[in-house]
Amino acid sequence: MPTTTLYRIERGAIDGIISSLRQQHYTVVGPTIRGASIELDELLSTSDLPVGWTNEQAPARYRLIKLPVESLFAYTVSPHSWKRYLFPPILRLYSARRNGRGFDLINSGEGAPGSSIPDAADAVRPYAFLGVRSCDLHALFMQDKVFGSGTYQDHYYQRTREQTWIIAVNCTLASGTCFCASMKTGPKASSGFDLALTEVITEHEHYFLVEIGSDRGRILLEEVDHRPAESAEATKGEELIENASQQMGRSLDTENIREILYQSADHPRWDVVAARCLTCANCTMVCPTCFCTTMEDVIDLSGARAERLRKWDSCFTMDFSYIHGGSVRSSPRARYRHWLTHKLASWIDQFGTSGCVGCGRCITWCPVGIDITEEYRAIRETYVTNTATSSTKEANDGNA
Amino acid sequence: METLERILAEHQFFKDLAEPYLQLATGCASNIRFEPDQFIFREGEEADQFYLIRQGRVALQIFAPDRGAITIETLTEGDILGWSWLIPPYNWHFDARALEVTRAIALDGKCLRRKCEEDHNLGYELLKRFAHIIEQRLESTRLQILDIYGVRS
Amino acid sequence: MASAVDLHVKSPDDIVSSMSPHLYGIQRVRKETEDTFTLELQEKSGRHKLSFAPGQFNMVYVFGVGEVPISISGDPASPVLVHTTRAVGTVTRVMSKLRRGDMLGIRGPFGTAWPVAEARGHDVVIVAGGIGLAPLRPSLYEVLSHREDFGKVVLLYGTRTPSDILFREELEQWRARFDLEVHVTVDRADSGWRGNVGVVTTLIHKAPFDPQRTVAMVCGPEVMMRFAALELVKRGVSAGAISLSMERNMKCGIGLCGHCQFGPFFVCKDGPVFRYSRIKDLLTKWEI
Repeated sequence: MPTTTLYRIERGAIDGIISSLRQQHYTVVGPTIRGASIELDELLSTSDLPVGWTNEQAPARYRLIKLPVESLFAYTVSPHSWKRYLFPPILRLYSARRNGRGFDLINSGEGAPGSSIPDAADAVRPYAFLGVRSCDLHALFMQDKVFGSGTYQDHYYQRTREQTWIIAVNCTLASGTCFCASMKTGPKASSGFDLALTEVITEHEHYFLVEIGSDRGRILLEEVDHRPAESAEATKGEELIENASQQMGRSLDTENIREILYQSADHPRWDVVAARCLTCANCTMVCPTCFCTTMEDVIDLSGARAERLRKWDSCFTMDFSYIHGGSVRSSPRARYRHWLTHKLASWIDQFGTSGCVGCGRCITWCPVGIDITEEYRAIRETYVTNTATSSTKEANDGNA
Repeated sequence: METLERILAEHQFFKDLAEPYLQLATGCASNIRFEPDQFIFREGEEADQFYLIRQGRVALQIFAPDRGAITIETLTEGDILGWSWLIPPYNWHFDARALEVTRAIALDGKCLRRKCEEDHNLGYELLKRFAHIIEQRLESTRLQILDIYGVRS
Repeated sequence: MASAVDLHVKSPDDIVSSMSPHLYGIQRVRKETEDTFTLELQEKSGRHKLSFAPGQFNMVYVFGVGEVPISISGDPASPVLVHTTRAVGTVTRVMSKLRRGDMLGIRGPFGTAWPVAEARGHDVVIVAGGIGLAPLRPSLYEVLSHREDFGKVVLLYGTRTPSDILFREELEQWRARFDLEVHVTVDRADSGWRGNVGVVTTLIHKAPFDPQRTVAMVCGPEVMMRFAALELVKRGVSAGAISLSMERNMKCGIGLCGHCQFGPFFVCKDGPVFRYSRIKDLLTKWEI
């Protein structure tokens, strides 16, 4: 039985919420249909959401399917994740202008004329994220640690994140590649949001349950029509979320995962997956927690003005680990192994939690359909078998 | 003044060698001194002795017509010089030249060789020790060949 | 150590960001060998002082070309910033053509340091291979400036050929000291060389130090460090008393870009100096 106070609102109230946020000069971004998929972009009202659409996801497969109802949130995650707003794909770190034999740094947010690249010194553009799934919310927590817990921090990320509204959405269905339940990152958002919505569609009704997660969330909710949810309504919401939990397309056993992966550097499975992996880097691009970047120095034709740009990068690229003469990880095998080991094991040593939220994007968007849960399962099974065999052997030797 | 026997007994190479064998080795040993640039042995010569370097430095060299004498390794105090006396056809493969005043103990390889044929236990003890030296030299040589300081172009 | 700083800068003079460099002018360029050179740098504004611990590195920026991590190779007690590097890539090749009066951007210092303080009361063994002597030189300076605090101090230096020997004059000065033992060796020599020939690891088993109370610092190509560490352990030095300096691709130098990962470690912040005991299992794995 739900213990927190839930409220009930109708679709119109969500439009009211969007409106209010826009009036307060927040850019509301959320899922919207673009071409044959759902992407994240600016929303002006609920009609910009993928109304009446759901998605079918499987390894290397993503399809949008029309529903006979006017649902607002009946899909799961899109190839876009919220990191693109807090941690932009391209960011100008600084510009420099030649001055005699030396140069001056220009850090006032002055980009090249006509440049649309955001600058690290830009004033914060406040966002309101509408439609954040629990897995993506956990991804934000993970990136908060990556960018905010070290000696050196990403201040652009922090300044933007601080002001960003989070309106979470609890999933009432799971897709074929989802496994947030195994990773304990969903399907229900439990904290870190301003408001959390659960869409309930029954034969006769269509409403939204709202949980308040912050003071400003409460104030926002007071601006629109709402009433306390009835017990039956709250229960219905819980049922739908539980449904999603049971529907998970995949699972991943995280017990002892760090130890297992660290001991499995020479597992033959890496050769199996390497034979399939194209090192195309799709997985790292769609992953909501991947954070690798590279720095690019560009100089204009006159040679007088240079810029340093930070761009998303991927550990799958050939020269990611290049040092004088060659790459440390030149084989696809080594690169895939690095990515999976980092995501599921090293991340724990580096940041205290797993780096995977179970969103399934890497599975859906891999052109050859490599499934991280399947790859890990194969490795885990050998480890478990070997450990069982050796302890049986030890026991038997002891008895000999 | 240290006796030859004590010097040999204290050396890593002869450690744990049974007393009678140690005495045998001492019987085949003598002090020797080389001046700077003096050749200790030359490539192709019959290998009759081996040396325990007590002081100084020795360069192992190969002569190539276009490059002159090339030093491939230097040995110093404490090192054993020469194992070709133990392995047929008992000829030196390199030149050995003292780089500075070098004092060493020379051991009569020919004599020891004969004793090894008579007493295989002695042979085994000596070969075990030389195998260790050869292994170390091989590992060092491999690292040298690797050219670890070079840059791939 | 610098603390978290704000990227929102108002003017060029207000640069305090960890991703924005400080401007340094080149005071002097010294050619060490065919492909290795040393730069002596002075900060332009006079308002920023860089103090570093031996073993740390800076991210060095060449206008419009790029940025590379380079270990600091000078004396921590000196106000002059010194970097010694090899011209092996695009950025360093352009850098090798710079002259007195040209400018570089410097971010740093970053990374972990050699355990010099920990070595007090111990014998110190420094094993350097090739360009590895450069990141070790600051620790030798620091040891020599408090010489009475340490036991025996030994420098073992190996390089490819006699013409690749770095800091030649200084090596002679060090060799002349009675309180420092210096042994130099080359992998291959020409006919003029009368010094040692052989890999630097062969110098370890004979060097005069007490393995039970020794702190060892090793820097050079990874293969060389691996074998040197093994030789030190064979000699009786504990794995925890041996430190190595690792190298990996770096783009940010501050633990955010992900490139320098070595197993679970970020070489830029968990290293570059690592205790051998912490990384010895990773060193033998391929492509880690």
